[in-house]
Amino acid sequence: MANIMMWEAIMRAHDEEMANDPMVIAMGEDIGVVGGTYKATTGLYDKYGEQRVMDTPISENGYTGLGIGASFLGVRPIIEIMSVNFAWLAMDQIFNTAAKVRYMSGGQLQAPVVIRSPGGTAHQLGSQHSARMEKVFMGVAGLRVVTPSNSRQAYGLLKSAVRCNDPVFINEHELMYNMRGEVPEDEYFHPLEGSEVAREGRDVTLFGYNISVHWCLKAAELLSQYHGIEAEVVDLFALSPLDREGIRNSVSKTHRAVIVEEAEPAVGVGAEVMAIINEECFFELDAAPVRVSALNVPIPYNHAMEKAALPDENDVVEAVRTMFGV
Amino acid sequence: MKDTDKKRVLREMLFARRFEERCYEAYVERNIGGFLHLYPGEEACAFGVLEAARPGHDYVITSYRDHIHAIKSGADPKRVMAELFARETGVSKGRGGSMHIFDVANRFMGGYALVGGPFPLAAGIAKGIQMQGGDEICICFLGDAANNQGTFHESLNMAKIWNLPVLYVCENNLYGIGTRIDRSTAVIDQYQRVSGYNIPSAQEDGQDFDKVYSAANKAIKHVRSGKGPYFLELMTYRYRGHSMSDSNAYRAKTEERMWSHRDPVIMLRDRLIDSGALTLDEYKDMDTAILDEIEDEVIRYATESPEPPVSEVQRFVLAENDPWVRGGVQ
Repeated sequence: MANIMMWEAIMRAHDEEMANDPMVIAMGEDIGVVGGTYKATTGLYDKYGEQRVMDTPISENGYTGLGIGASFLGVRPIIEIMSVNFAWLAMDQIFNTAAKVRYMSGGQLQAPVVIRSPGGTAHQLGSQHSARMEKVFMGVAGLRVVTPSNSRQAYGLLKSAVRCNDPVFINEHELMYNMRGEVPEDEYFHPLEGSEVAREGRDVTLFGYNISVHWCLKAAELLSQYHGIEAEVVDLFALSPLDREGIRNSVSKTHRAVIVEEAEPAVGVGAEVMAIINEECFFELDAAPVRVSALNVPIPYNHAMEKAALPDENDVVEAVRTMFGV
Repeated sequence: MKDTDKKRVLREMLFARRFEERCYEAYVERNIGGFLHLYPGEEACAFGVLEAARPGHDYVITSYRDHIHAIKSGADPKRVMAELFARETGVSKGRGGSMHIFDVANRFMGGYALVGGPFPLAAGIAKGIQMQGGDEICICFLGDAANNQGTFHESLNMAKIWNLPVLYVCENNLYGIGTRIDRSTAVIDQYQRVSGYNIPSAQEDGQDFDKVYSAANKAIKHVRSGKGPYFLELMTYRYRGHSMSDSNAYRAKTEERMWSHRDPVIMLRDRLIDSGALTLDEYKDMDTAILDEIEDEVIRYATESPEPPVSEVQRFVLAENDPWVRGGVQ
């Protein structure tokens, strides 16, 4: 095992996949000579050259569409969109082309692109650099959506995404690139579907993904330490498709569910997981499921207001205490 | 080009005209649903350019007005009509429809319904060609109104900086849906807009097959020789409205009459008659044979083909049995 930061894990996945297949390319703003805003493509430009490590103009819809077009011919682009907020500009090509081309061509064409982008809020980046858009991507058929919570997942998900024949959106997080974690020394491919139990528990299931897995884990420790509640933490690294079986299994065991998301509640991961619980295991429930979400506001610049707009481990603890009446 | 080749092209263009007119009837008969955008009036554009290219070898991509570009690229007209009839035997297995004709075996990379959407896709296909090292080019046909999308500017810029083998053909039919070009577009001559990206460009009469063919030869030679992108503007006119749901009330009858005197099929026909390569009777026989072929073969095939099984409605959303979904485990 190597203990490496998430950006190093992503860089290693790029490097291995580019070495493995000459048709794998990297594209994005400042990813080449500069090495990437979050360093995730460091060194690739010098190693693989400008034909395969392309510093793009600031034309998100254009270069995303270009990557998709190239993928029609067997090129495997890893497209970095510097911030998920900018991915709004590329929605036309992602949704109208990549997600639909296999279907509307009757299976003749496919768009095996990987689109990576940091979502989530960082420190005081303001409304237009703090979007959380996973809910948008996971709502469209024809697209896979995964989101790593640690270095191992970041490495293994990217490697599988490059080789998978579907378009895959990888939702990363600006605050997590320097987070350390264990990654196998040997080559490792992470499944693009399923979920992982990040902590075993018997009393309540905390569903998290990406950064909220860490809030859930901290909350679980606090609940165990101060309230004698043993929470199970389920890491939903795959947001589309969601792991119905994993959700059912955990809720059938704990009979209680809290879904924790960094985004606004409407039409979100929490809403979707609740719907799945309803459909899969409603009669297993001992309490109504609860979601812990951001406030329904654009993210403010002021630090105290920003903090107030977003959930954290304390909000998770409060939600569980309310559920248990303790 | 020899007269015998021109006679073949004339037959293909007349076939395209009759094919589209028959689509109109089939739409009225409710055998074709959805939106239907027809090509009559613009035939010399697709035929002039693709006659100069290598259909089936070069990649072609276009908008929703796509039937004829697909056929000239090598798609079987029977299977294109079957697609319009939403049949399993259609080129896109009945999942695409008029706006989404695909025939990847013939390198016809599709019809797309978002105005301007194919601009970056074409540049990407050209990037793929560049990486594979072949001598193919990508030809992207779009209308004038698509040039007001951001993708036009973004794609021209990228095609130039990366020297991509892509030919953009602008079929300038003077209208974006129902809005005349001078009311929507600051610069009327589209080829001039390209100069801002240092890409060579030309404007040509899109009704005259010979002129289109000649201009396309020059353009294709440029792109295939590795000199990067080229932009060819062809001045043309569509006889019908933007789509079947368009009343076409926004155009003056005098304007329509003026363009009807410059019909691309008739112009090529008369040129062949003038040179003695064709007689009017031969042309009429050709027309009759085409009408028979469309009815007896094309329409019949589409009518008799089965619809796709509804049980397969969830096929083709994602790849089937992709091992990497499970992390490479079979």
